[in-house]
Amino acid sequence: MSGDPILSVDRLMMRFGGIVAVNELSFSAERRKITALIGPNGAGKTTVFNCITGFYRPSGGAIRLSHDDGRSIQLERLNDFRISKQAKVARTFQNIRLFPGMTALENLMVAQHNALMRASGLTVLGLLGLPSWREAEKRAIDLARAWLDRVGLLDRADDAAGNLPYGDQRRLEIARAMCTEPALLCLDEPAAGLNARESGGLNELLLSIRNEQGTSILLIEHDMSVVMEISDHVVVMDYGVKIAEGTPQAVRDDPKVIAAYLGADEEEAIAVMESGT
Amino acid sequence: MSATSARPSHAAQPSGSAFIVKKALISALVALVLFSLMIGVRTEAGPQGGLIYWTRFGDLAALVGTVFGGSIIVELLRQWWGPVDKDSIVPKPVQSAISFAGRWLAPALLVFAVLVPVIFYDQRYILDLSILVLTYVMLGWGLNVVVGLAGLLDLGYVAFYAVGAYSYALLATNFGLSFWVCLPLAGILAAFWGVLLGFPVLRLRGDYLAIVTLAFGEIIRLVIINWQSLTGGPNGVSGIPRPTMFGIPLDNSDNGLAARLGIEFSPTHRLVFLFYLILAMALLTNWVTIRLRRLPIGRAWEALREDEVACRALGINTTTTKLTAFATGAMFGGFAGAFFATRQGFISPESFTFQESALVLAIVVLGGMGSQLGVALSALAMIGGFELFRGFDQYRMLVFGIAMVLLMIWRPRGLIGHRAPTVYLERNQSISSDLVKEGHG
Repeated sequence: MSGDPILSVDRLMMRFGGIVAVNELSFSAERRKITALIGPNGAGKTTVFNCITGFYRPSGGAIRLSHDDGRSIQLERLNDFRISKQAKVARTFQNIRLFPGMTALENLMVAQHNALMRASGLTVLGLLGLPSWREAEKRAIDLARAWLDRVGLLDRADDAAGNLPYGDQRRLEIARAMCTEPALLCLDEPAAGLNARESGGLNELLLSIRNEQGTSILLIEHDMSVVMEISDHVVVMDYGVKIAEGTPQAVRDDPKVIAAYLGADEEEAIAVMESGT
Repeated sequence: MSATSARPSHAAQPSGSAFIVKKALISALVALVLFSLMIGVRTEAGPQGGLIYWTRFGDLAALVGTVFGGSIIVELLRQWWGPVDKDSIVPKPVQSAISFAGRWLAPALLVFAVLVPVIFYDQRYILDLSILVLTYVMLGWGLNVVVGLAGLLDLGYVAFYAVGAYSYALLATNFGLSFWVCLPLAGILAAFWGVLLGFPVLRLRGDYLAIVTLAFGEIIRLVIINWQSLTGGPNGVSGIPRPTMFGIPLDNSDNGLAARLGIEFSPTHRLVFLFYLILAMALLTNWVTIRLRRLPIGRAWEALREDEVACRALGINTTTTKLTAFATGAMFGGFAGAFFATRQGFISPESFTFQESALVLAIVVLGGMGSQLGVALSALAMIGGFELFRGFDQYRMLVFGIAMVLLMIWRPRGLIGHRAPTVYLERNQSISSDLVKEGHG
């Protein structure tokens, strides 16, 4: 694939015991583009996500992230929190993982932890209440306020995140991920459980993140209205392998994709497989 | 939507008199089985060493009858009250009452605390008791950082208390260092042990962490008992120097404080000094904790309690965050231990049993995890109230236990269970305890 990939996944393998969840998967995500990863349930999409964001250590293969400044990081060598801290990859979760007992604003402040830790001189300057720390805190609040405004939650800033309606929680989680100022934003089914109006709003939000922040987005999604409308590139997985990729239009018409999603007679499936290879 | 479907719990709950009697009978039966051996038959060793026993069926019948009657009354009361509606937001009147209390209760308590030595100057017992209460307030606030904020269940907190106490005792008796030099050292050493313990155990979560910290508390105590050459073993360390007021001893010697000020010496002077010392130390703990909560590290602690996986996804180093929580809590425990040693003048391993850890943990849980005011109130109730029940004699523990059970039924998240946000744009509204997580280690 041509272009300027921010993320290149090269023959990624992930085994759990004898089960191969992801098998030699290669794809790349373009800079400042929205790449969608789709596939039927159990295809291994979330496993790929967990490998990229450091929750799993891949059994094999390479994941390379190239930053705007030419810095290139092998994600499979980093783990855990370092992916977000050093490689600037942020993620959201399929089942929302906010801090329910903290306010929406606090959730966004926690997301700026590393920047604020530096500003507070590893707590020492902050404990003394030095002006430089107060300035930094004010800037952090302003950034949080700006993101709350972007996702339409400014008037609920002081409400507990756990009290927000489902759709608001989804948007708050995206805002929280964006507060870490990521280069790559990974969204795991951001439209799950949203109604048509809400997923329309989500589309606009994601497009504006791509266009205004210049953040590259990688998303897993089942909601085809979201995938088809905003994706620049679609990768289709089934049983841990890539079965197709291309523009949304191309993927939609691919017989292998249709077979994977809708099922096919055995002969038909074989015919499809043979014609593809 | 009909009225019944709006409140399904109403229809689902049986409420007939037959149900009440049945429930009461079951309770009475359970009571009969339980108490038949505990109350019904009493055994004792006879004069020749043989077992003698006698029966107390009258008492047993009275007790079972009480349970039967009580069960009916409780059930009737429950139906009279109706089902408990659980609102996830704190109701407005409660919220305003809490904010009123929060605004005035804490300052009022503080003013009262400052005035205690003035009001009770002649009552040595009350002064002693208030010093004890304040020691536990400080311990509670220290443990609150670990349990209440970071959500790490620590059953071995007394270990750090012991490290602080022995640090001061040994440094002072062996090297003649003064209290004011040893105090920070005790805190640093306790924090060091906190980190040392933290490294291997912080990958554990929840119950597992609790068990390992429990074991750690015991290990420290056993090491103190058995390392006779250093700690004096079960004999403890005696002759620990009393604190001086920045070098001026508080005794009736010629260069003591009383002689220098030209007033008559009284042993109460030292008590008053100790009182203000522990008050200052407790307030420092409180101030630092409140400050830390509003700093990124404190928010990270609370975020860790809420959801560790999300923390990792946001680039928070969960290991160091947990370690700092452990070290901070341990440091305050160490300070309190140094104070304990200088107050007592003598320490032995007996003062650092698991019961102390359990007591401090109970103070934190009953007070409301994470709430500074709640912890202070519950330390006052637990330590002061325990003394208050002295009149109940052998039933003291019983009354105390019942009070704790009732409090946990009435307020399962502690006296003050709601959470105050650390930062806000417009409205500083407290968050209901239903939403706040306890943490899983």
